[in-house]
Amino acid sequence: MFIGMKTFLGKQLIKGIFNALIGMPTVALGLILYLLFSRSGALGFLHLFPTLQAIIIGQAILITPIIVSLTASAVESVDPEIKDLAKTLGASEIEASLAVLRESRSGVILAVIASFNRALAELGIALAVGANIRGKTQVLTTVIAMEVNRGEITYSITLMVILLAIVFSINTLTNLLQRRIK
Amino acid sequence: MKQLIKLKEVTKHYGEITALDDVSLEVKEKEIFTVLGPNGSGKTTMLRIMASIIEPTSGEVFFSGEKINNSNRSQARKRSTMVFQKTALFNTTVYKNIAYGLKLRKFSKKEIVERVENVLDLVKLNGYEKRLAKKLSGGEQQRVSLARALALNSELLLLDEPTANLDPKNVSIIEETISRVNHEFNTTIVMATHNLFQAETITKRAALILDGKIVQVGTAQEIFRVPSKHLASFARLENVFSGKSRILKEGTSLIDIGNGVEIETALKKSGNVTVFVRPEDIIISKKPISSSARNVFKGKIVEISDLESVAKIKIDAGKQFIVQITKRSFNDMQLNIHSHVFLAFKASSVHTI
Repeated sequence: MFIGMKTFLGKQLIKGIFNALIGMPTVALGLILYLLFSRSGALGFLHLFPTLQAIIIGQAILITPIIVSLTASAVESVDPEIKDLAKTLGASEIEASLAVLRESRSGVILAVIASFNRALAELGIALAVGANIRGKTQVLTTVIAMEVNRGEITYSITLMVILLAIVFSINTLTNLLQRRIK
Repeated sequence: MKQLIKLKEVTKHYGEITALDDVSLEVKEKEIFTVLGPNGSGKTTMLRIMASIIEPTSGEVFFSGEKINNSNRSQARKRSTMVFQKTALFNTTVYKNIAYGLKLRKFSKKEIVERVENVLDLVKLNGYEKRLAKKLSGGEQQRVSLARALALNSELLLLDEPTANLDPKNVSIIEETISRVNHEFNTTIVMATHNLFQAETITKRAALILDGKIVQVGTAQEIFRVPSKHLASFARLENVFSGKSRILKEGTSLIDIGNGVEIETALKKSGNVTVFVRPEDIIISKKPISSSARNVFKGKIVEISDLESVAKIKIDAGKQFIVQITKRSFNDMQLNIHSHVFLAFKASSVHTI
């Protein structure tokens, strides 16, 4: 939001870096995190490998560029007069910034949905830092991958349908919510 | 009347551009004050400073005698409301747009509903509460913006070109609302415009701003009856003639404006002069006019423009004159293009620029 609303030196560079990071392959990020979190890695003392927390950290890093880039673009696309409008109607600086954020809600919601989908569908990080341990660090995508390898196609399809149902339900609900807010 | 807002030696720079240059101005309580000037002259910047949206680079701003500084700027902001030239609306319903400022001021739901209804009635948009503001026409959107500002019942209403690019119907609703609000609620109004006609009809006092500097401040009568060079430099004045003037025995002057046309003025001035005759000061007739008017010419109508309640007629009488008459007179006289008419105006209606 700060990147979208303010003008500062190096803004384009920061935006460029975040935009480039959107395309980061999950396998590459997973490998980097594995090297950091594994026992001999720089952060090995945290004992995060293989845990769900490591997957969560990895996915948070994965979606940060999506959230930042899309939210910044959404905020930038808001009519620049909106902040002044809110101010002249009596808003404080914070209230005026919130008004801008509210105006960019479609873009912000899109950023959240895109991030959610990216995190839910990724495989590389979950495998690399979670190690796909049954009952401990398995997620839907890693289970599907494993079951396909084992030849359990029917089970894999069932899990895939569940995964798709989750994605579509969340997207539909968000769209409905967005319409109601307006 | 007490002053409501005062700018003292206010200067505003945007990088290397000076938008306002040492501007000092006072707006009195309950008056409609117009800031006249061409595009880019600093009108909007001045209004934004008055609205406490932006801070001046140097100089002081006083609201009800109190100097505005960082500690009281947000309170001062709540005492005024600005309507922007480019209509800015929240992407939501008309009701929520108008309710925004009221919610910030912690009004109850009942009061908000009541106020929204009242202001929509003022701008003739009754029943528009649930409509999406951005789906309305340009004129309706600007009326929503005005309604949203009026709902707050601020002491100072700042209007930046409120009728720019709107059709006559919306212009007249907005102008009527502005006058009504000033009369009924005693709201002080500062309006930026480059529309001379509008400034003259609804304003009490006006200031001319050119290149960020105030060049003239006065009553509407002072500014518009005898236009200054400053006003003439940007306003599209009609019936402006230049020529050589000679003083007559009677004490008046006769100006040769070319093509054999000479106009008499009550002013005693010789040499090269530029004069101006207001279109509404000229009367026309189909038959020769016998009156006290010192200037009578015969001409042919070459153009007719329709302006709602009035008609503007261009008459070629050697030189072209613009005459403004009411629509009713125009219809009664059954005038057409190529009709021959006589036009007349008094020597005292000829003003020098």
